[in-house]
Amino acid sequence: MILKIIYRNLLYKPLNALLSLLLLALSVAIISLLLVTGRQINQKLDNDLKDIDLVVGAKGSPLQLVLSAVYHVDAPTGNINEQKLLELTDNPMVEKVYPLSYGDSYRGYRILGTDTSYISLYGGTLASGRLFAADMEVVVGATVAARTGLKTGSVFHGTHGEAEAGEAHEHADYKVCGVLLPTGTVLDNLILSTTNSVWLIHHPAHHDEGNEKEAEAGHDHETAHDHENEAKHNTTGNRPENAAEAAPEKEITAALIKFRSPLGIMTMPRMINAQTNMQAAVPALEINRLLNLMGVGIAALQGIAAAIMLIAGLSVFVSLYNRLKERRYEHALMRSMGSSRGFIFNLLVAEGILLSAFGFLFGMALSRLGISLLNQVAKKDFRFTFASGFVQQEVWLLGITLLIGIIAAAIPAAKAYKLNIAKTLSDG
Amino acid sequence: MVETKAISYKYPGGRLIPYPDLSVQTGEALLIIGQSGCGKTTLLHLLGGLLVPTGGQIAIKGQDITRLGAKELDKFRGKHIGFIFQRSHFVQSLTVLENIELAAYFAGIPQNTNRLKSIAGELGISGLLHKRPAQLSQGEQQRASIARAIAHQPQVVLADEPTSSLDDSRASTVATLLQQLCAQHGAALITVTHDARLKALFKNQVLLS
Repeated sequence: MILKIIYRNLLYKPLNALLSLLLLALSVAIISLLLVTGRQINQKLDNDLKDIDLVVGAKGSPLQLVLSAVYHVDAPTGNINEQKLLELTDNPMVEKVYPLSYGDSYRGYRILGTDTSYISLYGGTLASGRLFAADMEVVVGATVAARTGLKTGSVFHGTHGEAEAGEAHEHADYKVCGVLLPTGTVLDNLILSTTNSVWLIHHPAHHDEGNEKEAEAGHDHETAHDHENEAKHNTTGNRPENAAEAAPEKEITAALIKFRSPLGIMTMPRMINAQTNMQAAVPALEINRLLNLMGVGIAALQGIAAAIMLIAGLSVFVSLYNRLKERRYEHALMRSMGSSRGFIFNLLVAEGILLSAFGFLFGMALSRLGISLLNQVAKKDFRFTFASGFVQQEVWLLGITLLIGIIAAAIPAAKAYKLNIAKTLSDG
Repeated sequence: MVETKAISYKYPGGRLIPYPDLSVQTGEALLIIGQSGCGKTTLLHLLGGLLVPTGGQIAIKGQDITRLGAKELDKFRGKHIGFIFQRSHFVQSLTVLENIELAAYFAGIPQNTNRLKSIAGELGISGLLHKRPAQLSQGEQQRASIARAIAHQPQVVLADEPTSSLDDSRASTVATLLQQLCAQHGAALITVTHDARLKALFKNQVLLS
């Protein structure tokens, strides 16, 4: 009966209730959306960062370098010379270097040339097949396999660039030799191969070109001074493998570096940035900077949500308080029929609670709807989907919403509690 | 059923109003007549426990209600007393039937919808039970108030100017129905009014001055 009185009363003035409900729902939705996405973005960023201390790539925006080399969401800054990198990192402070070469994709998924240690960095394990051993063999991440239908034994052409419909490299087939289990990291969205595979695709005639150049240079040299070296150059020119090994222009896109000692992270970046044409970026710092930038926006949204929440509370208060005057006869009547002061108080507080509870429910529904809309964008642009599960802070959000309903109803309820029944009834 | 002894009431800053002793038995009806402002409504509120008298005793069903605490008084009122007000008040968001059902709910007794419907039939408001109170005419509202006042089988029904807003023919119909139903359901009826039309309809009368 009490529930009937409450909901009938809310429905009696549906516009008042609707306004309060919408405001509550809106603030709950924004806050919940921020909670769910904020936490997952942080988690995702942390997750993909693993133990990478430093990213080395071509000069450009350090944030772009980090986003492209660690998170694979941006275009690379350029290429670096592998040999020079190896010289630099031949240092006792460096524990591990993960070379990365990319630029091609398959149906929007990046083909990454690296070595198998990159897979272990993210704790990738095989669902089927084996890890790549030879050039042009690839291992595909779980999401890639699921979305493109690639499986062990599949053969495909990569396309140049990152677009889904790019120019196909039809002269070279990739062969899938293994599929990874989902890891919840960037690994899921990658197609992994050897560094050499990527290189072969882009420079099929590289060996010859290189030798020709070398030969020409040799000729110049020869013309100028050295006759003895001519034979040597020619010999090298006839042995492409050796030429490839010696080719100074073999390039990779970037490298991830793990240091053995924290000293590396303090000295190495400065050294690379100052003394080479390469760029070193500390991903943790860059991501912090990014989060700080985003933080301003998030703080603004939080402020707006809090303000709406406050207005929602006021709206609950105003609608209950305004109706108090006309409802005081009802309250006096109920008192004359035997209900206690406490009952009337509870009745009004319960109305506030019911409103805020429904506001919370609608807000949660709205935030889940928001997540699914957001996912449609995120899936396309970042190959990332937000889980729409509940986060613990949402329990707090429920508590705060209910509290606001209670506080908003408390003053009208206290007034109704103190109602002078005899006076009210004889006024009427 | 209702016995009062030397009750008086003093509004804050007002004069002390003494009331004559009253005695009404089960099934009896008493009309208290007085001019406006003589304290009729106050007397009714005292009898119903909405106000606590400055002095004296009010025994209803053998219980001195002036000795009850606030919560006990609320309970007692809900269980044993039915009110009819000059202007009928309803919970506007509920239907007429739900308003009548509210009496049994607050009295803490099980709903007996069949009984309520037969009361509504006697009052001629069967067809109005699913309407909102605001959709009813004054006379219909007053009948619905009567149904509500006796719905929970109270020992006492207290009516405050139940007919003052009605025209002559409706006034006498409502007053007669009120007496009939109270007698039929075993409730003592106390009506206060300044409405001289009712004098002819009540056997027992007290003049308040």
